[in-house]
Amino acid sequence: MAILQSIKMALRSIKGNKLRSALTMLGIIIGVSSVIVLISIAQGSTSNVTSQINNLGTNLITLNTFGTELSLTEDKIDKLGKLDGVKALSPVVSGRVTVKKEKTSAQTTLTGTNSAYGTVRNTNVSQGRFLTDLDNEYRQKIAVLGATTAETFFGSDNPVGQYIQVNGTSFKVVGVLASKGSSMGQSGDDVVIVPLSTAERLTKTTSINQVYLQGKEKQDMNLVMAEVQNAMANMYPNKTDSYSIMNQQDLMNTMSSVSNTMTMMLGGIASISLLVGGIGIMNIMLVSVSERTKEIGIRKAIGAKRRDILLQFLIESVVLSAMGGIIGILLGLGVGKILGSTLQMTVTFSSSVVMFSFLFSLIVGVVFGVFPANKASKLNPIQALRYE
Amino acid sequence: MSTPLIQISSLMKSYKLGGETVHALNNVSLNIDKGEFLAIIGPSGSGKSTLMNMIGCLDRPDSGEYLLDGKAIGKMNDNDLATIRNQKIGFIFQNFNLLTKLTALENVELPLIYSGVSAKERREMALQSLTKVGLKDRSGHLPTQLSGGQQQRVAIARALVGNPSILLADEPTGALDSKTSAEILQLMQGLNELGHTIILITHDLSIAKQAKRMVRIQDGQLFENEGEQIGNFAIY
Ligand SMILES: Nc1ncnc2c1ncn2[C@@H]1O[C@H](COP(=O)(O)OP(=O)(O)OP(=O)(O)O)[C@@H](O)[C@H]1O
Ligand SMILES: [Mg+2]
Repeated sequence: MAILQSIKMALRSIKGNKLRSALTMLGIIIGVSSVIVLISIAQGSTSNVTSQINNLGTNLITLNTFGTELSLTEDKIDKLGKLDGVKALSPVVSGRVTVKKEKTSAQTTLTGTNSAYGTVRNTNVSQGRFLTDLDNEYRQKIAVLGATTAETFFGSDNPVGQYIQVNGTSFKVVGVLASKGSSMGQSGDDVVIVPLSTAERLTKTTSINQVYLQGKEKQDMNLVMAEVQNAMANMYPNKTDSYSIMNQQDLMNTMSSVSNTMTMMLGGIASISLLVGGIGIMNIMLVSVSERTKEIGIRKAIGAKRRDILLQFLIESVVLSAMGGIIGILLGLGVGKILGSTLQMTVTFSSSVVMFSFLFSLIVGVVFGVFPANKASKLNPIQALRYE
Repeated sequence: MSTPLIQISSLMKSYKLGGETVHALNNVSLNIDKGEFLAIIGPSGSGKSTLMNMIGCLDRPDSGEYLLDGKAIGKMNDNDLATIRNQKIGFIFQNFNLLTKLTALENVELPLIYSGVSAKERREMALQSLTKVGLKDRSGHLPTQLSGGQQQRVAIARALVGNPSILLADEPTGALDSKTSAEILQLMQGLNELGHTIILITHDLSIAKQAKRMVRIQDGQLFENEGEQIGNFAIY
């Protein structure tokens, strides 16, 4: 018997039992659509994290110090800047400060740094200018505001040329940063950037707790890392516990392995619901086989072979699961789109996930259809004919 | 005379039920020629249906031999038997056994689907068959939209459609009133005149009498009328 004929017959009997078929498919629909939605969200967040990390700066190495045991001084930092692979570097002094303008007052992050910070951290100004070397040299009381901070104090006015009070000292605003959005839980937009020398005076510290270094070539980053590590080990022997050197690439690898795990986990959970849907199909097919025992007897009496009956029921379950799969894919894409736009999540659809979940639903149809179909095909025709 | 269409010799079939053995068929021998109209008559439980299942290749005997068209059925596997049923045997059941979700035409087409006839040809043959039983204009009806007699005609059309060697009817009028029964019997007689071999199973003597030849079955044993004490077989 031709496959096409079997598919027609399967469609007929599915149509003949619309409600039941719909309920059976529901399991597969929910399974497939949740696979698609969850994996798309997970992949969306992966790509989000990747772009955020790139936003932090290109070829970036971050040097952090902890505690008070080790203090980075400017001369030592200059040595780091002279390393072969390092293109630019910017030391950072940071602290919490109170910023005031007339009646508005807010706590924010103060970042004291140099002129290279703009390029090292991929940070551009949207208005005015960034810090210059001269500002640093003359301990200028000037500030560059993050986009959110500028908004808080000046609304839609142009802040450039106006003044704010930082911990009681008056600062002239010279620029506003372009918005970067929040990156990995930290808002890069709520910040006041001032010259390093000014910040040291303001926060009354001379210890620099963070240095950003930019490597020259992407492919040499591991080499640059080694250089920096060596230099630090030479300058501060036996103090490796007091600082950490992080390569952006490492961060990216860590993050992507985390989100891969997340993707796998979410996909796995969703796949379980697909499996449950498959059990639903098996259940219904078993009911269908016993309900149609007489039909099977009749078909066998007029010449259906075991194979014909097996194929009929198997195709029925595969058609059910394939239809469920297609509807599930459409639903999943739809729900993903809606979630993406209403919750402002990044949702990345990939055709491989769609293909995978469709294939998986087909396999579920075959695997869970085989048992009932085999049962049907093995019925004894005489007993099946007697069945009422 | 050529070899008979059906040659059955010393057929045995028994069922074990709780330690007790029921000999549903006990040493049955029977030859049926092509073109015959044979009635098998017997009381309930005598083994009629069991014999029909044998002849119809739905079941295999415990022992004995059954040759259909010269081929030994006992040695065939399930697939071969399905093919034989499909091509050589047309079943007509007491309760019609139509598929309720298919139209009359689709029901009649069914045996042809399993023998791999193309859709177009199938339709034509099924329509022809329905025409033979006088139901051409009902081809699109579902079984539930047909009377009992009409349903049995559809079943007969389905049995006929593959042009099988034998039509096997087990109590074909059992669920019909006497007028409709008569019509169905007439139809079968007409088919016999067209050359179809018909085996009719019944417990009703008046129906059996309308066949050309009659055998009686009792407790699994078969008796041919000649020389036996089959009572009012005078008509034969
Ligand atoms: N599958 C079975 N298992 C056990 N016993 C069976 C089975 N099929 C038939 N029998 C027994 O075999 C005997 C013959 O049964 P069969 O169905 O052939 O009778 P029948 O002549 O067709 O009766 P009826 O006119 O009531 O249809 C009966 O005694 C029955 O109980
Ligand atoms: Mg019977």
